[in-house]
Amino acid sequence: MNVIEATGLGKRYGSTWALRECSLAIPAGHVVALVGPNGAGKTTLLNLAVGLTAPSAGTVTVLGDTRAGSPAARDGIAFVAQDAPLHKNLSVADMLHLTRNLNLHFDQGYAEARLAELAIPLNRKSGKLSGGQQAQLALTLALSRRPQLLVLDEPMSSLDPLARHDFMATVMAAVADDGVSVVLSSHALAELERVADYLVILSNGSVQVAGEVDDLLACHRVFSGPDAEANRYTEHLDVVHALHSKAQTHLLVRTDGSADPVPPGWKTRPISLEELAMAYLREPGAASLPRPSRAWQLEPTEVAR
Amino acid sequence: MTALTMPAHSERDASQRPVPWRRMAWVTWRQQRLTVAGLVTVLGAVSLYLLFIGQQARSFSGVAGHSLTLTAALFQVIPALIGAFVGAPVLAKELETGTFRYTWTQGFGRARWTVATLAPLAVAVTVLAGAVGFLFSWCYSPLIGGHYGSNLLDGNTFDLHGVTFAAWTLTAFSIGVLAGILIRRVIPAMLATMVAWSGLAVVTGVFLRPHYEAPLVSSKPTLPSTDWVMSQWWTRGGKPVSSSAIDQVLQKAGATVNGGSVTQSPGSALGNMSPTQYLLHHGFTQFQSYQPASRFWPFQWIEGGWLFALSLLLMGTAVWLVHRRAA
Repeated sequence: MNVIEATGLGKRYGSTWALRECSLAIPAGHVVALVGPNGAGKTTLLNLAVGLTAPSAGTVTVLGDTRAGSPAARDGIAFVAQDAPLHKNLSVADMLHLTRNLNLHFDQGYAEARLAELAIPLNRKSGKLSGGQQAQLALTLALSRRPQLLVLDEPMSSLDPLARHDFMATVMAAVADDGVSVVLSSHALAELERVADYLVILSNGSVQVAGEVDDLLACHRVFSGPDAEANRYTEHLDVVHALHSKAQTHLLVRTDGSADPVPPGWKTRPISLEELAMAYLREPGAASLPRPSRAWQLEPTEVAR
Repeated sequence: MTALTMPAHSERDASQRPVPWRRMAWVTWRQQRLTVAGLVTVLGAVSLYLLFIGQQARSFSGVAGHSLTLTAALFQVIPALIGAFVGAPVLAKELETGTFRYTWTQGFGRARWTVATLAPLAVAVTVLAGAVGFLFSWCYSPLIGGHYGSNLLDGNTFDLHGVTFAAWTLTAFSIGVLAGILIRRVIPAMLATMVAWSGLAVVTGVFLRPHYEAPLVSSKPTLPSTDWVMSQWWTRGGKPVSSSAIDQVLQKAGATVNGGSVTQSPGSALGNMSPTQYLLHHGFTQFQSYQPASRFWPFQWIEGGWLFALSLLLMGTAVWLVHRRAA
């Protein structure tokens, strides 16, 4: 089952396309990191998936073949928007009651136990909680609905490092216990490296990279060698990004996973997820960038497994 | 961090049943109770005032009649205020604070949430305003036809009576709701509501209300003061006479005509007669077109009816926009 599947998806605001020709299939059972620079269309893609926005072109389905925003989709997807919007004048207990009333499923026991563990008082107004507590409350409300898919838009952008750690711990506990699929957008790549096992990179409103982290890491390597010889090899290699330092050139290369012959005088090493993402983010121009392969031409059937 | 164990998914129904409507009762009450309290307070104060004035009008009508004419104008702003303070924030606040991203992604569904929020508020606004309107009618009834020259269809008070006051208030509420989703910010939506409602009220009073039914025409020299005279003209021998011709006739008779007002000079041919009597005596006939006071209730229901339909249309549009609109 694909938790999110988009075909030719586009969203236009006025004359500008926030998202264009986006085709993507995210399989269930992953923690998906959706990364991209500001304005890449991350929030637009998530809003389309949760049914807050209607597409200008193409289609998006969720949780199998369910139309985004349909009753079944709303029931199965919990969404925490950026900055965790809550009714600031309602108490924590009222927010629980509100959410319980607005949904078919709500696990009051889980919510109360979770908030007790976080030491968030039930009688405190939501607006009086710290930023970290507000994020935790919004997350707890979402998880208490026992969704099949949890969608988080920039959940940690306003949190301090400790609060980020606690927030992700809550998410990962739910993943471990309940098997919930998670899609979260962020530009805090370092945090995601520990938790995400699926990466989607959006750039200029279209998908640049999509795949399981292990596969992506397996088919990218860094080649380092003398500057002078760099040009000779770039012709033969699928170079995503080249970094020239003094006398040395570092080439981020997409390989087919088999051990490419390493030219004499050159060294090769595996790549980290953050390096990989940064390299693609640095090369957003579709024309200049060798797209991440014919093999992952982002046909839904190719990415879906 | 210790992990809490979450129970596995219960089997979700293949055929999705929606979240029951009754679940919204608590939600709407919890979210709107301050608004409702404010509404009851303001309209309660107005009602007490009307009760007090009504009592006065029945004992010594002079004082009451005077103060009522003054406050009638103030009452006109009540629907606009209700539209701005009750109607406009309903959707604009969700959009401005971003909580729509929470509310509209819950299982209940955003169009249904909008209906379940608007309907009780609309009913509350209509019922409370209707009560105030009928209280106004009761308070005002001793003054009709008295020496204040009050006529029931007069633009100053017609829309303060029972049916129309409720309808105008519901219309203001609906304008506020629609302005809220169109403008998406509370304060601008409130201002827009007041402007739009006032414009509609003026246009209705000046251009629409006189034409709900074709006015009657009478050549009777005097009409009851409760009738609403809309225009008058003179004829002589079956032919219409222009007002400048009338002025000439009166001037010849020795009266001074200055604009619309006629002043009798001492010793003029008018003698003790009023200018109207003088003209009637000299073969002129005065015609007046008017709406008789008996049309008060038909007019109330006509105006109440189309305003009610307009309100439903506006609120329906707001729900449709919530359902459709790219957020």
